[in-house]
Amino acid sequence: MTWLRHLFLPAASSVKAEDVDDLFMFIMWLNILFMILITGLIVLFVARYRRKSAAQKTAHIEHNTALELSWSILPLILSMVVFFWGFNSYMQATVAPDGAMEIQVTAKKWIWTFGYPDGSVGVGKLWVPVNKPIRMIMHSEDVLHAFYVPAFRVKADVLPNRYTEVWFQATEVGDYVIPCAEYCGKGHSQMRAYVKVVSQKDYENFLEKGDPDEIGKPPAELGAILYTNFGCSTCHSIDGTRGQGPSWKGIYGAQHKMTDGKLFTVDENYIRTSILQPQQMVVEGFQGIMPSYQGQVRERHLTALIAYIKSLK
Amino acid sequence: MSDVITSPAAQAAHTPHHADYLEDPDFKGIWAWMTTIDHKRLGVMYLWATLAAFLAGGVMALIVRLELMHPGEDFMTAERYNQAFTLHGAIMVFMFIIPAIPAALGNFFLPLMLGAKDVAFPRLNLASFWVYVAGAIMAVTSIVVGGVDTGWTFYTPYSTTTNGAVTMMTLSVFVLGFSSIFTGINFVATVHKLRAPGMGWFQMPLFVWAIYPTAIIQVLATPVLGITMVLLVMERAFNIGIFDAQIGGDPVLFQHFFWFYSHPAVYIMILPGMAIISEIIPTFCRRVIFGYRLIALSSVAIALIGFLVWGHHMFTSGQSALAAGIFSFLTFAVAIPSAIKVFNWLSTMYKASISLRTPMLYAISFLFLFGIGGLTGIFLGALSVDIHLHDTYFVVAHFHYVMMGGTVIAYLGGLHYWWPKMFGRMYNETVARVCCGLVFIGFNATFLPQFIMGSQGMPRRYYTYLDQFQPLHQFSTFGSWILGAGIAIAVINLTVALRGPKNAPENPWGGTTLEWQTQSPPITHNFIGQPTIDHEPYDYRTFKIPADAVD
Repeated sequence: MTWLRHLFLPAASSVKAEDVDDLFMFIMWLNILFMILITGLIVLFVARYRRKSAAQKTAHIEHNTALELSWSILPLILSMVVFFWGFNSYMQATVAPDGAMEIQVTAKKWIWTFGYPDGSVGVGKLWVPVNKPIRMIMHSEDVLHAFYVPAFRVKADVLPNRYTEVWFQATEVGDYVIPCAEYCGKGHSQMRAYVKVVSQKDYENFLEKGDPDEIGKPPAELGAILYTNFGCSTCHSIDGTRGQGPSWKGIYGAQHKMTDGKLFTVDENYIRTSILQPQQMVVEGFQGIMPSYQGQVRERHLTALIAYIKSLK
Repeated sequence: MSDVITSPAAQAAHTPHHADYLEDPDFKGIWAWMTTIDHKRLGVMYLWATLAAFLAGGVMALIVRLELMHPGEDFMTAERYNQAFTLHGAIMVFMFIIPAIPAALGNFFLPLMLGAKDVAFPRLNLASFWVYVAGAIMAVTSIVVGGVDTGWTFYTPYSTTTNGAVTMMTLSVFVLGFSSIFTGINFVATVHKLRAPGMGWFQMPLFVWAIYPTAIIQVLATPVLGITMVLLVMERAFNIGIFDAQIGGDPVLFQHFFWFYSHPAVYIMILPGMAIISEIIPTFCRRVIFGYRLIALSSVAIALIGFLVWGHHMFTSGQSALAAGIFSFLTFAVAIPSAIKVFNWLSTMYKASISLRTPMLYAISFLFLFGIGGLTGIFLGALSVDIHLHDTYFVVAHFHYVMMGGTVIAYLGGLHYWWPKMFGRMYNETVARVCCGLVFIGFNATFLPQFIMGSQGMPRRYYTYLDQFQPLHQFSTFGSWILGAGIAIAVINLTVALRGPKNAPENPWGGTTLEWQTQSPPITHNFIGQPTIDHEPYDYRTFKIPADAVD
């Protein structure tokens, strides 16, 4: 019956996921058994006791204590089994083991930023070594968000006024999606990051030299990668359609009216300022809702993004 | 008057057909309707008002589903989409499903079933209706002047910081709450004081036994919602710093306040559905309901324990593990009374004389769909599984199976059950049955795929989504068209019947409760003389099925 498990659940890729899935399937079987019982009784009784004449005699059975006790107590026992199982696996998934690697997570509309133990910071991609317990310490800079990795079966709300945490230990090398799971406005459904589970060696390599996807790329190509990784794509299109922010297509070199009424030609310095201090000059007709990327992007990222925007004619 | 006729039946036999409440010559014209204190007229007015809300909320649902046909923009922006699902939720919850059964069918039938002339406070009843209308107008205004994009749950700090007409919308919820409280107070007093002679607590129909705890929840829980909404408005207007972390508040506190009302409110929504099912099943089985006392008391148990489980909406919110454990435990405890009811209803079909007319078809749909709704709740009550499923489409599917597959299906069943009594007209039975089938198929097609999407990791309130989910989303959208068509034709079918002649007999289905012992539609004062009760409800041993009953 693994097809049923695969129908409902994505591949389990963390150490605690199997236990959650086993409980899920246990409840699934309870559901199926009870639905067979309910449907079976309905079909049986309707077939057997369908009214054939207005004078059809019916039984006067007011109640039956033994029956009623049994269908009160049996569901109670079954639900207590589910309760203890669920509570137990929840406690295990809540308390991170000692010595887990700690990663700081910052959420804001609509990007995820990850801070590593060596002080380096990444946006949109969470690099972790496989088979190591990882503890995420999370907070939000604006509204509620929720950190969710379906493949790991972990989720926790991210709050503006205190830290929340989750921990996981990935078992398979691969990329896993992190969809924001607490409604946070226009960009909610595009507030998406990825966990990149790699070998210990690749992880160390990443810390030392940076993201291998970014190395050796010409600036415009790197900019195209950052466009999705940094979540720019949530608000800025590259095909001219209007989003939460101006489209990047043809924006370089064009004259735009700002909210303060001044005309401004978009050049390298304008783009740089817009990324680091986005509220300074907002194009008329748009709200100043973009978060600042100050401290989260490196100089080469800025160069790459500017080159990419210049290439979008 | 020298000769005194004691029993209403005997008296009715001696008297000609009386003018019914719809065409009472003493209360003619629009003004008489607008100022009526007759519980039946108010029930009818509530019926049309809540059906209008249902239409508006339903159109929003179809729009939301249509936008989800493809990832990315189909025909509306993310901003509009967020407003559409917010309105769908807010309208359906506050303007349709909470008032629909208690204020429309409850208002009409609670006094009739108790053998009373009216509710205990008829003027409060009238006030309740106009307060509802005022709240509804405010809600519509908020849509017109700016829209609301917070989701129906108004979670802070998003709701305190977003633009739009959130203040107007939350004030409208505050006002609608009073309408609900007034109805609740009225029903509690009516049940306590206006039962017919001979009707003890355990001679009341089970409809009353479920509406009564509903009314108590309305009175006790709704004020908490009102206070919460006022605090939210104060926060937006004066930055008082209750919920917004920027100014020293705690956003999770809002969730505690909100769910302290909104979880009991789930029972305000489902208990009246159960109330209707407990009437339809014995009538169309023509036998005594199985386990009367257990059904009656389980409604009370649900209402009481229902106050203690709000934290199960917040398992991922950062509340303590101990709190989560206790809330999970109590959640399983509150599930048991619902399970008991399902088995009691099923057992009532044993050795019965089952008629598959439209109301019974809806009741059978209810048993199946509410069964799935209740059983999938076990996934969400189990802590570690809920962590994975929380805020995904699995939750969306689960509560639609309970709220729509449960309450709305029961409501449609109730409309078809009582329509001949309310308006004195029979509807087209064949059309009604086909619609019941369409609703059943459409509903499952819409929401079964959402369980799979959810457990596969599709979060709710998503404007766009990963390509892997598109086939299931499209299937769900196709299902919503069948569902929408089924409900629309069913309501049209009922409405069309109103243009026909008053052809409904007094008791078309052979029901035993008091509302069937008066003419259809009832006279303004409900009964001629005071009916009395001398037997248990649903006792078919001595009950004579009227000759003009159908089937």
